[in-house]
Amino acid sequence: MANQLFVAPSPHVHSTESTTKIMRDVVIALLPALVVSTLVFGWSVLAVTALSVVCCVVFEYLIQRFLFRGGCTVGNLSAVVTGVLLAFNLPSSIPWWIVVIGAFVAVGIGKMTFGGLGKNPFNPALVGRVFLLIAYPAQMTSFPQPAGAVADAFSGATPLAAVKFGAVSATAVDYQDMLFGSIPGSLGEVAALALLAGFVYLLWRRVITWHIPVTILGTMAVFALLVALGRGQSGAMLYEFPAFHVLAGGAILGAVYMATDYSTSPMTIRGGVIYGIGIGVITMCIRLWGSYPEGMSFAILLMNATVPLINRYVKPKRFGAKK
Amino acid sequence: MKTFPIGGVHPSDNKLSRGAAVERFALPDVAQVPLSQHIGAPAVAKVAKGDKVLVGQLIAEAASFMSANIHAPVSGTVTAVDMQPNGQGVRQMMITIKREGDDWAPGIDLSNDLVRECSLTPAEILDRIKAAGVVGMGGATFPTHVKLSIPAGKKAEYLIINGVECEPYLTSDHRTMLEKGEELMVGATILMRLLGVNRAHIGIENNKPDAITFLRELSKHYAGVVVVPLKVRYPQGGEKQLIAAITGRQVPPPPGLPIDVGAVVCNASTTVAVYEAVQKHKPLVERIVTVTGRGMKKPSNFLVRMGTPVASLLEAAGGLPDGDVKVLNGGPMMGRAMVNLASPVTKGCSGITVLSGVGARRAPESACIKCAKCVQACPMGLEPYLISKLARKGLWERLENEEVTSCIECGCCQFTCPADLPLLDYIRQGKQRVMGIIRARAAANAPRK
Repeated sequence: MANQLFVAPSPHVHSTESTTKIMRDVVIALLPALVVSTLVFGWSVLAVTALSVVCCVVFEYLIQRFLFRGGCTVGNLSAVVTGVLLAFNLPSSIPWWIVVIGAFVAVGIGKMTFGGLGKNPFNPALVGRVFLLIAYPAQMTSFPQPAGAVADAFSGATPLAAVKFGAVSATAVDYQDMLFGSIPGSLGEVAALALLAGFVYLLWRRVITWHIPVTILGTMAVFALLVALGRGQSGAMLYEFPAFHVLAGGAILGAVYMATDYSTSPMTIRGGVIYGIGIGVITMCIRLWGSYPEGMSFAILLMNATVPLINRYVKPKRFGAKK
Repeated sequence: MKTFPIGGVHPSDNKLSRGAAVERFALPDVAQVPLSQHIGAPAVAKVAKGDKVLVGQLIAEAASFMSANIHAPVSGTVTAVDMQPNGQGVRQMMITIKREGDDWAPGIDLSNDLVRECSLTPAEILDRIKAAGVVGMGGATFPTHVKLSIPAGKKAEYLIINGVECEPYLTSDHRTMLEKGEELMVGATILMRLLGVNRAHIGIENNKPDAITFLRELSKHYAGVVVVPLKVRYPQGGEKQLIAAITGRQVPPPPGLPIDVGAVVCNASTTVAVYEAVQKHKPLVERIVTVTGRGMKKPSNFLVRMGTPVASLLEAAGGLPDGDVKVLNGGPMMGRAMVNLASPVTKGCSGITVLSGVGARRAPESACIKCAKCVQACPMGLEPYLISKLARKGLWERLENEEVTSCIECGCCQFTCPADLPLLDYIRQGKQRVMGIIRARAAANAPRK
């Protein structure tokens, strides 16, 4: 017979899923927040994001080409996702050279040191952000006022910082602004609704499951409620305090987009719930009693470190196992 | 709608031949009959070169309990009993018969008349099934009389007829249910009688609404037979998945068996073969084979004698498309790629699927991104990424602790993997190795006589 017969073990068909498609979906999910952020802070948002993405991709390419001397896989868009997420963790007024350093630390140290995609134990974008936060605290914590916002109580501090350092109480915060993004903050943390829209998209595309984000935000809300009760508060504070903590800072960005990073989160649903509770508790402890106003990044990185342990001990429910 | 509890995937079903009525395929001039068409010991040849045989005559006898009889699929002269390459190119003992006419052995009822009444005892029914060499026709080829022999101390509560056919492309069970519905019903009643149960559940996925409606209508005349529509989800036709979907009970991990939860599962085509064996004295010498594929001009369902070369089936379905092809014995999820198209159709061959063009090749693999989609897809609740890696590294003890022996090799993990990793290739090797270790340990620990 003239045909060439191919032989391989089963299965012989494959789903249409691919790494590139997954990464593309994450980028698409981040777009609404990027648009809102641009409306709030102006064109500098796009400049910072573009610079961060280009740097991440170029660093990944250079490292693969000249250090790994192997195949080039920047086409899978994972460096683009890291770039966008890193930018979302920066203020729009950040100097350009800090973005370049952040991208180098994120991709070069956070990701490629460990062998590249899928092998890094810590979320690369957060490694970059935390490095910058410690190395350049001034530039990383001064935020421009949102366009068209009434110059009010915050005066350049994020709501979290304002409440933490006693400028205002959590009841004085305008929740509508927090939902729509008219608050000072880093690029990606200001627009709660846009981030949630992306979350719905990711769920619909089955890129992630709801367990990790919902566990993190739920844990934070319950934690805040208990603290409010413990402080003897009552009435509106009982729901405003939890709502404030869920909406403020990088809670939603972190819970939906950073904590769900595949290679740095547990492989099982049950493991993901444990991991999510850990992130929620650590975040709240840092926010309430630590020296930083925001603790999401630290909490995620700390729980990233526990993932191998969780994977070792938390197993999926086996078919036919005794109950 | 019912389905199994964990994992599973949704490959597109591609049932191209669902509307193609079964055609009787031309008798082969030469039939090659392997002595091993079932799981267990190969049958022992009862004929020698030069012997004349009739269709349905016993030509090889079950070697032990876990084996099956084999009958001549054509009449003529035995020209060889020797080693011949099978579909995978592995040499196997085969009986070659040069066909002369089509003369059947006496005592076989070839009429189309339906024989409903059966007053045989369970032992007699089992004997007839065993004599006819019936094996699981869904692909696993487990000897049916072994499956139906309930061990002492166990009791069958559920008889489940497997009409799921969750493999993409294949339609042989679907056509069997549509064209041999009455026979299926009588077969189910016989099995109920054999097992002493008063109910038979026929599980059918709801992508076959015509079969569901038709069998529901028929089941009104057969007390105890119920049609259960199931949500479309692969691998629902897996024995353990189907039992869980219908009864809600989960078969315990190996060495657990379906009978441990009181279930006996029998494929739809096998049930018809049981009917023919018991009511018509007809051994398993022919079966329905789907010949299909995107590149095939005429996807078909043929009623084929065992021993017919696969190449002639492909020819009749329009011939292989040009270019790269992969010819599968079975469907695309669990079928085996063939290298020898001259090899014969056997009892377990439910279809020949042809994948052409890019579909014939595997995509290049990339790095695991730990997306955990394989963990979510595994219907056995295993962690494919982990057991595949452990197998790759040869860490057999950890592999055993991770319960690799529970793997049913359905391929869901590899199907869903966005990095195109050959997960199952390694898992399969690791599972074989671990099962070998378990057997060796059992042998070493066995009390010496």
